[in-house]
Amino acid sequence: MSISMSPAETTIEEGKTVGIPFSDDPKFHLRNVGVFYGESPAIKNISLDIARNEVIAFIGPSGCGKSTFLRCLNRMNDSIESCRIKGSLLLDGQDIYDPKRDVVELRARVGMVFQKPNPFPKSIYDNVAYGPRIHGLANRKSDLDDIVENSLRKAGLWNEVKDRLDAMATGMSGGQQQRLCIARAIAVSPEVVLMDEPCSALDPIATARIEELIAELSESYTIVIVTHSMQQAARVSNRTAYFHLGHLVEVNDTSKVFTMPEHELTESYITGRFG
Amino acid sequence: MQTADLLPLVLVLAAVAYGFAYMRSRAVAAPLGGISNLKALPAYYAARAALWCAIPALVILGAWAAFEGKVIQNIVMASLPTELTPQSAGHASLTLSQISNLAAGKLNPAMVPDGISSAAVLLQELREHSSNFKSLLVVLIAVLGGTFAWTRVAPTINARKSVELTLQRLFFVCAAVAILTTIGIVFSVIFETVRFFGKVPMSEFLFGTNWSPQTALRADQVGSEGAFGVIPLFTGTLMISAIALLIAVPVGLLSAVYLSEYASPRMRSVVKPLLEMLAGVPTVVYGFFAALTVAPFIRDLALMLGLEASSQSALAAGLVMGIMIIPFVSSLSDDVINAVPRSLRDGSLALGATQSETMKNVIFPAALPGIMGGILLAASRAIGETMIVVMAAGLAANLTANPLDSVTTVTVQIVTLLTGDQEFDSAKTLAAFALGMMLFIVTLLLNVIALKVVRKYREQYD
Repeated sequence: MSISMSPAETTIEEGKTVGIPFSDDPKFHLRNVGVFYGESPAIKNISLDIARNEVIAFIGPSGCGKSTFLRCLNRMNDSIESCRIKGSLLLDGQDIYDPKRDVVELRARVGMVFQKPNPFPKSIYDNVAYGPRIHGLANRKSDLDDIVENSLRKAGLWNEVKDRLDAMATGMSGGQQQRLCIARAIAVSPEVVLMDEPCSALDPIATARIEELIAELSESYTIVIVTHSMQQAARVSNRTAYFHLGHLVEVNDTSKVFTMPEHELTESYITGRFG
Repeated sequence: MQTADLLPLVLVLAAVAYGFAYMRSRAVAAPLGGISNLKALPAYYAARAALWCAIPALVILGAWAAFEGKVIQNIVMASLPTELTPQSAGHASLTLSQISNLAAGKLNPAMVPDGISSAAVLLQELREHSSNFKSLLVVLIAVLGGTFAWTRVAPTINARKSVELTLQRLFFVCAAVAILTTIGIVFSVIFETVRFFGKVPMSEFLFGTNWSPQTALRADQVGSEGAFGVIPLFTGTLMISAIALLIAVPVGLLSAVYLSEYASPRMRSVVKPLLEMLAGVPTVVYGFFAALTVAPFIRDLALMLGLEASSQSALAAGLVMGIMIIPFVSSLSDDVINAVPRSLRDGSLALGATQSETMKNVIFPAALPGIMGGILLAASRAIGETMIVVMAAGLAANLTANPLDSVTTVTVQIVTLLTGDQEFDSAKTLAAFALGMMLFIVTLLLNVIALKVVRKYREQYD
């Protein structure tokens, strides 16, 4: 994607973010975070706080590093051989990248929903029960049934699937599959849900359903959502962070970012001059 | 000129036609303002000229080579004087070889009747005429074909289409060769099998429990009735294959899991080729290994444990065969495990599953149909394997369930029935074809099932 730096050649000062990147009681406390694939930097010295129970949207042109940054928060970059991460990333004051840290426990607390719906080729019930089973959250079958029902209800899917819980999840529509993936993520009672462009593969109606769902979930979870749709960011989030070429350019209240952006790059992007 | 000399000549002519047509198409294109104004690129006009030059000439050449001998033969035989006309087929072929030997100068003309020597002269003449005429005709057709295509280099004629069509047909012929060969093999086996069942009833063959294929050579010979019960052979085959799969499936599968999920890329790049090298070891070398190392070791071990063991055992053959087919299982399983989409892996890991939980609960079930396909292919390989069994399992057709006994398999019996000087009309040799037919049907079924399973799996993620 070509980025024409009009109006003027704008230089970005590394580590400098305009707006309000910090908060008093953060869920995530991220300082001077850098991510490298081999030698090339994908994220350059980003500092940001993510507050409790807020919905924060990451926006920016393709390749700006927003998904990479999101995947640092539950260490999903670990499986990429060449990926190195620098800086301090704390979840509730504890280092996410502490070598002694149990990744399983971290990911149980920080759930994730992916760009493309990725239900397991199992039944609807088994998909939702997958997390609770591996974490031993239910002692009895009836407990597990309750967890599955609650999660499906929260994901707004219960009424559609309650009569066919044994059907293959891969046979559902794309929008249903994505809501199932959300149900699957919240079945392990995470504190944070990371969403990596959750609606990019869905039609507008399914997208609207997911957005409603995000609004409902925001009451009980901290939600970080990466999106390419500025309308979506404006509709669902409290705060918006604008990424550009690995830099975090601006973070502010969503209404502020979309009405009075402080940085000229943010302004260019949201007015559609590039991206 | 001989056919072998004409072939390169035709190819050279085709190359010349290619060059001329290429130049002509350039020349035709130049006044029009470049090759973009032709219907096809110059290479297509050139290729069409080459094809026009080569294909008709080669067809004529092939047809001539196929019928030349027969036609000349008939003319020569017809020229013989009546008193020398052969009375029987055997006599005819004798006369014919006399004539051609004489023509080749291997026989003294004084020793044969006049009719024969004049026939030899005729043969020699006909051969020369035929050769000259053939050379002339082939070169003429090649030149004419090439010239025709050369004159048809014109901006309005689309050479691309005809070249594509010709190539398409050429590819079809190549594919047909493989299919026709398979059909030919099947039919040749079927005919012999039918002859065998004319001598031995099918029920005796399929359900008999005694295999002893020595038949009497003379009518008065005693004690060689011959028994053609196939059951001991099939139980032997099944036992050895089962032992082989018991080794190959767990080892192959787990090494595939290690390679695809746990090994670092560097480790993988070293281990995978090494593992696949196992598949490149000639089976006869595995046979040595089984017969000289594994079989005695198993016998000694069994004796130490106080068990009766023969020095050639099903266990030894099965173990070594299992090692041999490990790469089949591991390589195919590795492929299907890698084909499981990354998003499923990520989905499971993001829920806090460990790598082994992800493997066990998500990847393995998703890859299972493909893995089954790999195992079935390995099984049909094991059933068809011969060399290891010949060397390590013995020839005795014992009907036994004891893996320490020596057993024999279908393939081994086919080898022993057909090696050496044999006449191909006794029940003994014909039995080999019946065995081959059965083996063919069994492995064909396994392959069909395996391919079906693999294909079904492929559709799932596409």
